[in-house]
Amino acid sequence: MTDKPTNPMAEGEASGTPSSDDLSRRRFLGRTSLGLGAFAALLVGIPTLLDVIKPMWRSHPRVWRTLGPVDNYKTGQTVEVSFENAGTDGWGGAAAKTAAYLRRDGQTSFTAFTVNCSHLGCPVHWEQSADMFVCPCHGGVYYANGDVAAGPPPRPLARYPVRVQNGNVEILTTPLPLNGRVPKQG
Amino acid sequence: MFRRLGNWLEERTGIAALIRPVAEHLVPRGSTWLYVFGSATLFAFILQVITGIALSFTYIPSTSQAYQSLKFITENSALDHFLRSVHYFGASAMILMVGLHMLRTFLFASYKYPREASWMSGTVLLFLTVAMGFTGQILRWDQTAIWSVIVGAQQASYVPLIGPALAHFLLAGETLGGQTLSQFFALHVFVFPILIIMLLAPHLWMVIRNGISEPPKPGNPVNSKTYVQDYHAMLQRDGVPFWPDAAWRDVLFAVVMIVVIVGLAISVGPPHLAGAPNPTDLVATPKPDWYLLWYFGVLALIPHLLTPYVIVGGPLLVFLVLFLMPLWARQGERHPLRRPWAIGIVSIVIVAIASFWWLATWEPWSPRYDAPPLPTKVVGSVSDKALAGAKLFHDQGCEQCHRIGNYGGFRGPNLTYVGNRLTGIEMTWRIANGGYNMPAFGSQLSSQQIDQLVAFLQTRTPKLSEGQ
Repeated sequence: MTDKPTNPMAEGEASGTPSSDDLSRRRFLGRTSLGLGAFAALLVGIPTLLDVIKPMWRSHPRVWRTLGPVDNYKTGQTVEVSFENAGTDGWGGAAAKTAAYLRRDGQTSFTAFTVNCSHLGCPVHWEQSADMFVCPCHGGVYYANGDVAAGPPPRPLARYPVRVQNGNVEILTTPLPLNGRVPKQG
Repeated sequence: MFRRLGNWLEERTGIAALIRPVAEHLVPRGSTWLYVFGSATLFAFILQVITGIALSFTYIPSTSQAYQSLKFITENSALDHFLRSVHYFGASAMILMVGLHMLRTFLFASYKYPREASWMSGTVLLFLTVAMGFTGQILRWDQTAIWSVIVGAQQASYVPLIGPALAHFLLAGETLGGQTLSQFFALHVFVFPILIIMLLAPHLWMVIRNGISEPPKPGNPVNSKTYVQDYHAMLQRDGVPFWPDAAWRDVLFAVVMIVVIVGLAISVGPPHLAGAPNPTDLVATPKPDWYLLWYFGVLALIPHLLTPYVIVGGPLLVFLVLFLMPLWARQGERHPLRRPWAIGIVSIVIVAIASFWWLATWEPWSPRYDAPPLPTKVVGSVSDKALAGAKLFHDQGCEQCHRIGNYGGFRGPNLTYVGNRLTGIEMTWRIANGGYNMPAFGSQLSSQQIDQLVAFLQTRTPKLSEGQ
């Protein structure tokens, strides 16, 4: 008895002393088969894998979305607005939109904050009377300017670019801010 | 007739000849009820595959329709309602059984030689099971689910260097969008189950190859030089065939488990669907299902500066410690009484998880947005200045985190009797400067407002309560 299990079907071939030519031929056939198999697997496997993980680097051109006439907004007030994301091509359904907090600072100056807490991304509440943003998940608090007032958030609330164009407020679609930072475009 | 058909088939397939030695392989005597959790996990998994496939006949994995199809499943069709319930309680059972299986394996040190690879594959299976749970929760595609994706992406983004790329992979884009749900569907329905099956095959094969570990005896350490020989000698001397001598317990336990799952499915029903998914509706408190709820508590209570390290390092460390443990402790005593540290670790982990769990259901760290203004009977008869302070206490959000009587939140200290603890100057200082978990109100409030608040807080003494 040897330690290695033997295949009864291969016994005829394995018995007898194979010549060194037989051995090198077998080694060649075995390695070539494995190599060819690996080649075919990679040929299809690499593009397949790249396709699956392409959201890692793919980015959409950012676009300006209108938030309506400037006069809809009262100076000093912070309100919730929403706009369609870039690159959803109309089939994103309810998930295609992003919310933001918009504040009119002056005649034509606006500030837009992300609604995502910089700790874990939960939606913060604007507390009008207290002039603060408060997060429901772990109790993060931000001052009106987005700076961290208390709790676990590591960074201020990220801001979206806003501008006034032809009497309308416009906001620039932006990748989801991650931990208070807008990720670099890939 | 049947016998002849069976013989005809057997002659051509040899299936019985393949299965019988496996079914009747010898197992140690005394494999008690503690050995049923692994097979129960397997049965729960099979239940999940079957009910999952059945649910996919109705469920529509589309961003704009998934929620409606789930509503239909839950509300309009009694059988779908039942299936969704079974799928939920089956998932819970699978997580619970994986936990018990792992606990038994650890306490009996069954991971030691020659079963290290069983434990290591089991560690990966544990993480895959949790991943199935999380992705399954996302397929509900309700308000909680979409915000959980965002929370998941934020956690992934803490990973050094590739964090944002990982987050974008989870979101299937730079924001939530049409592809997000399709991706979670593919992960939950194809990728993770296939990975589980691929790992389950060797995990089960190794049970046949190495046998189940015999119940440990104190003073009988594992020695890798003699263990396999001793084990086989013991089986020849004293072993019993797995089927049916040991298997009947596995079958009976699994049947009880499935009856309990069906009972809960009928009596309790499927998990609550939060509102329709809407990233512009900010009324959302994304919370994980029960088996990860304790982790939600951990993230709230760790020191803030450690957050990135815990989010990334915590799961990684748990995985590495579990995965590598059998390589480090591959020989020696197996009985828990000879491994007091094992009992210690298990106790600490159970107490810690239970505590975080309890806290996470109560969420003392979350602000109570809905705290009503303090009623007159709590405020008491106080000066006009203090009365104005009581109003500020509510309007400025103090009450969301601080408690007075039975009103308000729990994040900050209870202020019911703060008048006894702090002087007016101390209060002013704290309100103006804030602290670790408290905003500084110095620039938010006028000095007159702070005076009013302090005047109110100074009236908060036991004497006031007696006077009522």
